[in-house]
Amino acid sequence: MSTTTHEREPGARPLIDKAQYGFAAFLVVAGGIVLYDAIGLEDGFADQPVQPYAIPYVVGATLIALGVLLAVATARGDRPEAEEGEDIDLTQGTDLRTVGMLAGVLLVNVLLIDWLGWAITGAVLFAGCAGVLGSRSHVRELALRAALSVGSWYGFYVGLGIPIPAGILDGVL
Amino acid sequence: MDLLLEGFQTALTPENLLFATIGVLLGTAVGVLPGIGPAMTLALLLPVALTMGPDSAIIMFAGIYYGGMYGGSTTSILLNTPGESSSVVTAIEGNKMAKSGRAAQALATAAIGSFVAGTIGTVLLWVLVPTVADVVVELGAPSYFSIMLLALFAVTAVLGSSKLRGFIALFLGLAIGLIGTTTGQARLTFGQPLLADGIDIVVVAVAIFAIGEAFWVAAHLRRKPLEIIPVGQPWMSKNDWKRSWKPWLRGTAYGFPFGALPAGGAELPTFLSYATEKKLTKHPEEFGKGAIEGVAGPEAANNASAAGTMVPLLTLGLPTTATAAIILVAIQSFGIQPGPLLLENEPDLVWGLLASLAIANTLLLVINLPMAPLWAKVLQIPRPYLYAGILFFATLGAYSVNFQAFDVALLLVFGALGLAMRRFGMPVLPLIVGVILGPKLEEQLTQALAISQGDVSTLWGEPVAIVVYAVMLVLLALMVASGLRRLAQAKPEHTNEKELVER
Repeated sequence: MSTTTHEREPGARPLIDKAQYGFAAFLVVAGGIVLYDAIGLEDGFADQPVQPYAIPYVVGATLIALGVLLAVATARGDRPEAEEGEDIDLTQGTDLRTVGMLAGVLLVNVLLIDWLGWAITGAVLFAGCAGVLGSRSHVRELALRAALSVGSWYGFYVGLGIPIPAGILDGVL
Repeated sequence: MDLLLEGFQTALTPENLLFATIGVLLGTAVGVLPGIGPAMTLALLLPVALTMGPDSAIIMFAGIYYGGMYGGSTTSILLNTPGESSSVVTAIEGNKMAKSGRAAQALATAAIGSFVAGTIGTVLLWVLVPTVADVVVELGAPSYFSIMLLALFAVTAVLGSSKLRGFIALFLGLAIGLIGTTTGQARLTFGQPLLADGIDIVVVAVAIFAIGEAFWVAAHLRRKPLEIIPVGQPWMSKNDWKRSWKPWLRGTAYGFPFGALPAGGAELPTFLSYATEKKLTKHPEEFGKGAIEGVAGPEAANNASAAGTMVPLLTLGLPTTATAAIILVAIQSFGIQPGPLLLENEPDLVWGLLASLAIANTLLLVINLPMAPLWAKVLQIPRPYLYAGILFFATLGAYSVNFQAFDVALLLVFGALGLAMRRFGMPVLPLIVGVILGPKLEEQLTQALAISQGDVSTLWGEPVAIVVYAVMLVLLALMVASGLRRLAQAKPEHTNEKELVER
């Protein structure tokens, strides 16, 4: 996964970005799902000149074709130009561990948000993400995250009139 | 003219003036912040904006748009790591100027140049939008269908380096746009009732722009702090003015038309402007070492193209940049139909927006020039807080749309897609445009065929449609031609088909 774009020396054998086969496979699968779903659709009403399955057929088939093309391009040594940015250092490999942990924090939030409410899970979310990303000042974080999540709850509830469910803190806030 | 004055009345109410100011400040702040561009800011603020009135929300968005463009240039001058592709060129000379102690002049020429270009661009909008709208209203469904196809094609194939990747992103977007029951039957809902109304485009936008970007940065976080060049009060000497004003005007002349085209974007005009200034300058020895013309021209082109983007957005409902795409989502979320009838149905909204562009532009100059040293400090915000904050607000935003944990789960799924797209060099814009325009494309096709009672030839039965298809053919031919030329240059052994595939 640590591959990024670099000039190839002329004549050298093309380096293959194997992970890109994975994305190509994903495209084929996605196209297949779109096609499979389209087959299950029935004819539209008489006033529907464009059948409900017409466009899904086109989109699904094209996705599969694009997936195959991407796989062919990959085999021929095509490599992606990974996106750059101010805080991005492409000279080092992809840090999948950090991303996995961030995704984990978000997943915990998904599972708990209905039960605990945003004011709590939001704080956990912020602290979790900041911690994963390498913040080490825990006292400051504690204050910051409580202020952020409770503040944003009140801000949305009172300031903007968006009633975010309070979860188990219902009645406390 | 009356309508414009009314627009100013809408935009100049204390409340809307406040929103414009907030927008400009927010836009500049996040434009300066590394890792957050104007598109991501608008995506993050969408849920909040939806609770305000459409006028205020759109006016604030206009402020953010212009502010973000300006803030991006500050970053590229002071950091030499451009955040947005449109400020790549600014970084070339701007950072060299800053390193040789002329940061203040670089910031000043960028700010004043942006103001000049923005003002000219806004005035052009006042003239062009009503004119174009009058023409566009006459178009039938077949013509409109063809123009949408052209926009999809152009955004996908003309911008970006890899056509294959552009089309992959586009068709992923179209597939996402299929989800739902608009045709009367459930498509791709997998029996999930929460998907029946389709995926909320706010969730897709926030996930792709904010979560995907935060994940991507997290995977490659720069562990050592960046070197920031300190800056004082921006100012320019008489000589700097003399060297700047022509590049400003030339940059504007490049930027606006490119922005107004369906395949606009700011990259091309900024590059063209840079090349022109390099050729015309009286100080060729300074280019590459910090020539002020090389900042003034591209920055003006950048802002003029931002203004130009409003033409297809307001008259056709076609977004040509990521930021314009989010503004379109906002308009749609208010239940307002963007498209040829927008100006006729919502004159207050459109003119309010057009007037507020001028106001945002002025505020930008007044607020930002004195505040430049402060903005430079924003660059030092600790990265863990910055990206944790982005994830926090993205989640809050997605959750506040429907209060369903399901939306937050979708956010995670599409965030992962956004990460994968950045990893594999897939452009994000075609995907978002595909999600927005896919359903509309189907709608227009249905409408056209319903009127002709299923006769397919109606699709090329209008002169405008024929012209548009001809343009597409020419573009296609040009692409094939340049592909063949590359093919001829490349070594004949095993590169051949690969080049074609990459097209």
